[in-house]
Amino acid sequence: MMKQSTEQTPWYQSNFALFEKNLNGESSSRLHAMRMEAMARFTEMGFPTTKHEEWRFTNVSPIARATFQPSFQSDAAGLSSEDVERMSFGATHRLVFVNGHFVKELSSIGPLPGGVIVGDLASALKGNDELAHGSLGKHASIQENAFTALNMAFVQDGAFIYVPQGKVVEEAVSLLFISTGSTHRYIAPRNLIIVGDHARVTIAESYLSLANHGSLTNVVTEITAGENAVIEHDKLQNESPQAYHIASLHVHQKEKSNFISNSIAIGGGLVRNNVTSILDGEYAECTLNGLSVANGMQLIDNHTTIDHAKPNCPSHELYKSVLDGSSRGVFNGKIFVRKDAQKTDAKQTNMTLLLSDEATMDTKPQLEIFADDVKCTHGATVGQLDADQMFYLRSRGIGTTLAADILTFAFASDVVNRVHVDGLRGQLEALVHAKLGKGRER
Amino acid sequence: MSTETNTLEQLANREYKWGFVTDIEADTAPRGLTEDTIRFISAKKKEPEWLLEWRLKAYRHWLTMAEPRWPNVRYQKIDYQDIIYYSAPKQKKVLNSLDEVDPELLKTYEKLGISLNEQKMLAGVAVDAVFDSVSVATTFKKKLHEAGVIFCSFSEAVQEHPELVKKYLGSVVPANDNFFAALNSAVFSDGSFCYIPKGVRCPMELSTYFRINSADTGQFERTLIVAEEGAYVSYLEGCTAPMRDTNQLHAAVVELVAVGDRAQIKYSTVQNWYPGDKEGKGGIYNFVTKRGKCAGKNSKISWTQVETGSAITWKYPSVILQGDHSVGEFYSVAVVNNYQQADTGTKMIHIGKNTSSTIVSKGISAGFGQNSYRGLVEIKRGSTRSRNFSQCDSLLLGDKCGAHTFPYIEVKNKTSRVEHEASTSKIGEDQIFYCKQRGLTTEDAVGMIVNGFCKEVFRELPMEFAVEAQKLLGISLEGSVG
Amino acid sequence: MLHINNLHARINGNEILSGVNLKVQPGEIHAIMGPNGSGKSTLAQVLAGREAYEVTEGEVLYEGKNLLELDPEERAREGVFLAFQYPVEIPGVSNTYFLKAALNSIRKHNGLEELDAVEFLKLIKQRMKIVDMDESLLSRPVNEGFSGGEKKRNEIFHMAVLEPKLAILDETDSGLDIDALRIVADGVNKLRRKDNAVIVVTHYQRLLNYIVPDFVHVLMEGRIVKSGTKELALELEEKGYDWIKVASDSTLATA
Repeated sequence: MMKQSTEQTPWYQSNFALFEKNLNGESSSRLHAMRMEAMARFTEMGFPTTKHEEWRFTNVSPIARATFQPSFQSDAAGLSSEDVERMSFGATHRLVFVNGHFVKELSSIGPLPGGVIVGDLASALKGNDELAHGSLGKHASIQENAFTALNMAFVQDGAFIYVPQGKVVEEAVSLLFISTGSTHRYIAPRNLIIVGDHARVTIAESYLSLANHGSLTNVVTEITAGENAVIEHDKLQNESPQAYHIASLHVHQKEKSNFISNSIAIGGGLVRNNVTSILDGEYAECTLNGLSVANGMQLIDNHTTIDHAKPNCPSHELYKSVLDGSSRGVFNGKIFVRKDAQKTDAKQTNMTLLLSDEATMDTKPQLEIFADDVKCTHGATVGQLDADQMFYLRSRGIGTTLAADILTFAFASDVVNRVHVDGLRGQLEALVHAKLGKGRER
Repeated sequence: MSTETNTLEQLANREYKWGFVTDIEADTAPRGLTEDTIRFISAKKKEPEWLLEWRLKAYRHWLTMAEPRWPNVRYQKIDYQDIIYYSAPKQKKVLNSLDEVDPELLKTYEKLGISLNEQKMLAGVAVDAVFDSVSVATTFKKKLHEAGVIFCSFSEAVQEHPELVKKYLGSVVPANDNFFAALNSAVFSDGSFCYIPKGVRCPMELSTYFRINSADTGQFERTLIVAEEGAYVSYLEGCTAPMRDTNQLHAAVVELVAVGDRAQIKYSTVQNWYPGDKEGKGGIYNFVTKRGKCAGKNSKISWTQVETGSAITWKYPSVILQGDHSVGEFYSVAVVNNYQQADTGTKMIHIGKNTSSTIVSKGISAGFGQNSYRGLVEIKRGSTRSRNFSQCDSLLLGDKCGAHTFPYIEVKNKTSRVEHEASTSKIGEDQIFYCKQRGLTTEDAVGMIVNGFCKEVFRELPMEFAVEAQKLLGISLEGSVG
Repeated sequence: MLHINNLHARINGNEILSGVNLKVQPGEIHAIMGPNGSGKSTLAQVLAGREAYEVTEGEVLYEGKNLLELDPEERAREGVFLAFQYPVEIPGVSNTYFLKAALNSIRKHNGLEELDAVEFLKLIKQRMKIVDMDESLLSRPVNEGFSGGEKKRNEIFHMAVLEPKLAILDETDSGLDIDALRIVADGVNKLRRKDNAVIVVTHYQRLLNYIVPDFVHVLMEGRIVKSGTKELALELEEKGYDWIKVASDSTLATA
């Protein structure tokens, strides 16, 4: 990666020293070494520039130039249980993080099967939980991505979820990340989700902000899916229009596991979502869905990678964008099929609706295939609503504005409907509806 | 089964048919590249001062540039000082007719099947043949002249039509466009020039045959085609080279300018440079810049390429759609076998209103070959109601090759529509079985299926070329399925 | 109700309709027949307001209004309904939701109260019986994954709900087996009233056994070359379209 001349890496270094001191020797030396290494790697790389292929369409110089205030502690002032209940669609299991730190008082965990852990990472690390320490950084490498290195350097808290072999968590676990306060905060949660063989769980991450300020959320989530494990991961990003949001989700799938990701991005000013799944066992299945609804000056960038490392794995991908105002959308979808991954069946679709004259979409569906007996397709479309569909609606008496609304909402809800958590889906529908309405009122 | 395998092996081991060397005296520049090399080339060609200056400027810019590393290809570093930049067959005097061409050369062209002789003239193809670096003969000059079409070697154009060359040279691919275009601009030796005046439909297909003969020679030809308002031309390009176990560099530049309204240029390539041997030794590095500009309203530029040769192919024939309602097309078949690598595709830059482009790319990978499609479709803000449709299909034969697609799509206009489809597949065992059950050999079955896969591209080629392309495809893939 | 005078229309520069004349009165059923490519579907699409077709000459009066000046949705609200030959699939929009939006747009236009969800559901349950529709098709996205027969049936169901004054059925019989054909035709017959009219566009006489027309018109090369009663359809069935062609050519020759 190229270095940015105006960037604030020294500033992060000085804060890193402060951070280390603040921990006051609480952490194990093992973790300390990992943080040091990550900080060194981040300093070496610096923030990426648009010369870097992975960041070609997304200029992070506003992040590199800004100074953010790291938040070492939580600050739950003014938040009530009712507030968070509403925000987390009334989920039975709810972990609440304010500015990246776990707030026990606002969280609540319903009854769970024996052995299941739904808690905060800070406690797990402090308690020298072998699993937590052993899993941290296992799938999210600090070598490639400066933001992942930076996250690791300041790693402290986040969700820690463990579902042992054969256990099923029936109700979705809501992870609610709320940013507050008036300063430009650096918020870097780290989530570890480990799901054993034949186990099942649904996790819903929600990112919301209570104030209009330009905080930076830099989150890394690592998921391990055991054999035959079934995991749904839903994500809502609805932070303020000034917020910067960089997220990396790394999934490692074993044989016959089934992983579904639904990523809905509505808020934020500059948003980058990385989703990477490695299909590292035969017959593992991966589904990645995404929806971006942007207007104003928003930039929403989705980078996905599905790595077919073993034979006989199907993958499905559907990413949609609805862009209004002067917003920009980016989609980069990589599908790797490794040499031995015969009988891979990968299908990727990327569709964009441009609603205004100033919106821009950059899309790059990418296939890299090293095996011959595979079925891989990708398709990308960018454009307006389908003329035949519009005519059909109008020929039934529906006016152009309403017809366009119906079709636009249908286009977007196609992704929302793939969320299996009823409460969350309802919440998402309402949010998408409101956002699309807002987009047109301008 | 065993007899079949033997047959396949025999076929696979068959030699590159075009790999002979012609023994003729050549007039050669000293190895390496300095400003003196460029002055030598320019002096040899008796070029005007402005052109020498243009070359030197390109050279100086080239010195500041780095060889690009982004393509998905691997090769040994090229030593630019170990290349011979100019090699011309030594001529005793200026030739007045074909009869005076060195009989050795004519024999070479006969082996190549180039229509330099009367018999082939009946086929109605006008040919400019570039041997190593120099254009040897242009047929049909008279008939073309009557139609008002200028078709000659680039050197001749510099002497006879300097105002046209000066006006359009570098107007689509600037001298500093990229590393290899800059190198070409500095040292280009010859090539073809073609000018179709207003309202003229070129009475025959124009064709250039390129051949690299001398060892360690780089070939840097330059083609410039200009079509005025309402003009039409179809242009064919073919390439072969002898077998040598060192790599040879071919860095050409092709510029197409559809100047006026309704101007149309159709450019077809069948590229069969020596691909290297089965172990990947030798072969041509084919690093080419091809670009067309649709300046006029309703103008059209169409690229069709069949790329079966070269150790490494790296080219992106592109179209700048500037005029309203202009049309760009790119049809490509790229085949890699053994250790060949190809990184090819196109750029369609939509600037004018109601512009449309079509991309059909068929990549076939066999052996240890690596095939990448890389493309850009860009719809600029003011390009309203424009359309693109892209289809990129890959076919893999064997499990040691690779297929990659890197399509970039950038849309800045909501009234435009871009659609991209891609698929990757193999030849199904059931398909082969079905064919065999009906009495076909595996070879025939594969040939049939592969040709079917490429059909959409082949039908864009002029008849003669389409037949040749199909044959080449068969030969390129011999031994890849057993 | 509908007066088509000397209608010329073209698409991509090709003239498809070259002077169509037709009068339809309330309560009538008109069949328009003709060989493939004669312009039947074009006529249906032009009446519904498809923008791809350019009307170059002539006029269409519908209840005294200039139909060609109206947007497609305005025509629909005025009571013009087209049952499409190839109904488009609309992923993500449920059939029910779609119909409710359509019906309420029309009702609003006619100064009627919009129906609420309960009233609407009651209405569509009742109308579903007319075409023997499977209830599951209501919650599915419009036409998505429907079989050919289901799509056609869905078109008549839309007609039953929207109650148009002028219904144009474009090749509604194509792709239907005999049972489905009967159900669709029964639906159309049940919806017949003395104040509404139907134009049936078809290639074959088959459908006309079930929907009996008052008038039959033969469209060829963009013009109505012959008109008659239902017997004309039978004659066409027997003799084919060439017979008309020869006949009309000779008529023209002697004229």
